[in-house]
Amino acid sequence: MTRIVRDDGFHEDDLSEVEFLSHSELVIVKPEQITRDNIFVELASGDDVSQLTDYLPNISTIRIRFESFVDGRGFSLAYRLRQIGYVGRLRAEGYIIADQYPLARKSGFDEVVISDDLAKRQPEIEWPLGNPAQKPDYQSRLQQE
Amino acid sequence: MYQYNEFDHAFVRSRVKSFRSQVERRISGSLTEEEFKPLRLKNGLYLQLHAYMLRVAIPYGTIDSRQMRQLAYIADKWDKGYGHFTTRQNVQFNWPRLADVPDILDALADVSMHAIQTSGNCIRNITADHFAGATSDEIEDPRQTAEILRQWSTDHPEFQYLPRKFKIAITGSPFDRAVTKAHDIGIRTLRNKDNESGYEIVIGGGLGRTPMIGKVVREFLPKDDLLPYIEAILRVYNLYGRRDNKYKARIKILLHETGLPILQEQIENEFVSCRESFTGLDAKIIQSISESFNPPEFVSESSAEFDQRMLDDPIFSEWVGTNISSHRRPDYGIVTVSLKPIGGTPGDASSEQMCKVADIAEQHGHDEIRISHEQNIILPHIPLSRLSEVFDALNSVGLGTANAGLISDIIACPGMDYCSLATARSIPVAQEITQRFDELRLERELGPIKIKISGCINACGHHHVADIGILGLNRAGVENYQITLGGDATESAKIGERAGPGFSFENLMPALERLLEAYLKLRHNPEESFGACHRRLGSDPFRSALYPKNLSAAA
Repeated sequence: MTRIVRDDGFHEDDLSEVEFLSHSELVIVKPEQITRDNIFVELASGDDVSQLTDYLPNISTIRIRFESFVDGRGFSLAYRLRQIGYVGRLRAEGYIIADQYPLARKSGFDEVVISDDLAKRQPEIEWPLGNPAQKPDYQSRLQQE
Repeated sequence: MYQYNEFDHAFVRSRVKSFRSQVERRISGSLTEEEFKPLRLKNGLYLQLHAYMLRVAIPYGTIDSRQMRQLAYIADKWDKGYGHFTTRQNVQFNWPRLADVPDILDALADVSMHAIQTSGNCIRNITADHFAGATSDEIEDPRQTAEILRQWSTDHPEFQYLPRKFKIAITGSPFDRAVTKAHDIGIRTLRNKDNESGYEIVIGGGLGRTPMIGKVVREFLPKDDLLPYIEAILRVYNLYGRRDNKYKARIKILLHETGLPILQEQIENEFVSCRESFTGLDAKIIQSISESFNPPEFVSESSAEFDQRMLDDPIFSEWVGTNISSHRRPDYGIVTVSLKPIGGTPGDASSEQMCKVADIAEQHGHDEIRISHEQNIILPHIPLSRLSEVFDALNSVGLGTANAGLISDIIACPGMDYCSLATARSIPVAQEITQRFDELRLERELGPIKIKISGCINACGHHHVADIGILGLNRAGVENYQITLGGDATESAKIGERAGPGFSFENLMPALERLLEAYLKLRHNPEESFGACHRRLGSDPFRSALYPKNLSAAA
């Protein structure tokens, strides 16, 4: 079982029953053949998101797998997805520790999904929650508004 | 120099607070040792051979008297009364207790200092020319750019879990004193044909077990594009750098395996989208950063006393000859305070010495101090009129060694005396070399020469880019020292060539003596340095001296 971590705390996973398409399952279909606009996609940290540009309007949720908390590729994938115009729900799922929550949020994720085991070991009170976009950071301070 | 604003202060304090809680959560078990490790490393805390080691950042090597006194205070209160200055313009405390570390970090925050990102797989402390803002040969002070990069890279959410560490160095002078070509990113300020200032960007340099000189990835980058371009390099590296093998994870390997043209194209493509989402640098913040590096109010004083002592006191004039570099003002000098006393540990300074340097900087040097990657302290703005007093004050605490740039001005990693990675001793080798050539009275005769010593193949002692590099290995339980020749750390950067089989600790010193005697015979004239002589002749005549046919010197 998994738990969702959002700015306001831990929640039950509302997407646990949903089927996600992998990157290869998605791109095998031509974007113009897709009629649904609520596709769920799962990306591995090595997937190339630039191929997804034409599919973005049909995708409602993307989850990016973190096999290890020290593998930071997922943060860059999230940045890229937001850069190419993805506005849907974006979740980081797998091995992400409490201290990484602000990094995930600032990289473009809406939420983090962790195992119940990790949720037990690192309970809600240890997660630096809240929307970090509301707090100033070096990167945003250096840029014009 | 740059002064912390409210944001900087609050940020550093909040990091201390979160580190304090991370230590507690490690103890309570909510963080495993594996999870705690990258968190402590990002806060500068290593586990060494005998104890924890705390590495404190000195961004681009710039520090003032108040900060230097605080380092002395920390050394006395929580450590063994000394600190060790490193090749990355950091200072290391070798004996802190884990429980004290949050208090040490608070003491650092009191004087606008921290240990953030001095370790771990993130963007490390940005280094720069230690003569920045003082030298007569620079195009612009590189510290403005270094400070922008410091801020941008600090706690950057995307780049805290890179494949490996990432080092950036910058020079504002065509004469590279920051070894920029041996960094993951090397930045050189230059002007284009329309006289606009911008940057040349080099990537993929690095020493370690696979030494490489960086390659130019962008010949001219307009200043406004700096952050989106650096972001593009980091994103490409974060996504495509190898994560399967720690020793192949640096960007130099990505560059080598991908090839420059393809990697360049990836970076340029990424740059297009990074620039699109970049709204431009905030003018107010940039202006305040620039202004903080305005030159001090220089004074004009009579140099009569200086001139007289130069005539009267050969010891003083010898020190001036080696340890003073030319300043942008003719009536000032840049002082290199040698942390390389004969027989000493390169880079170590006692708390008493730190306090004395702080006093001198405050009284005579516009309150500015620098740390060089060559493990010396720099007083960048000393009026010639004050040099006599400065020399006496330095001598009173054993800091008057007149050897900057000479054979005893050795870079050495901590080696087996401290480091858990080391395979051989380095500090004792440095001590022997300095003592031996002092006994032989050959130091002045040999002239400018760089000897650099690493105690393992990770090459923290920069041996690849020395005139004479020494690499300490372990061969079946015995220390074995390999010599490299002809390396160069400057704008003409070059990796030294391995001379041949290594030498035992005992045979190393006689081998170096033969090598340097050969140089004295081979050089055209006393003006031809070891480096110049090697460039002219190549390694062969030096090899013959190291490995004479009638002597089986190799261990």
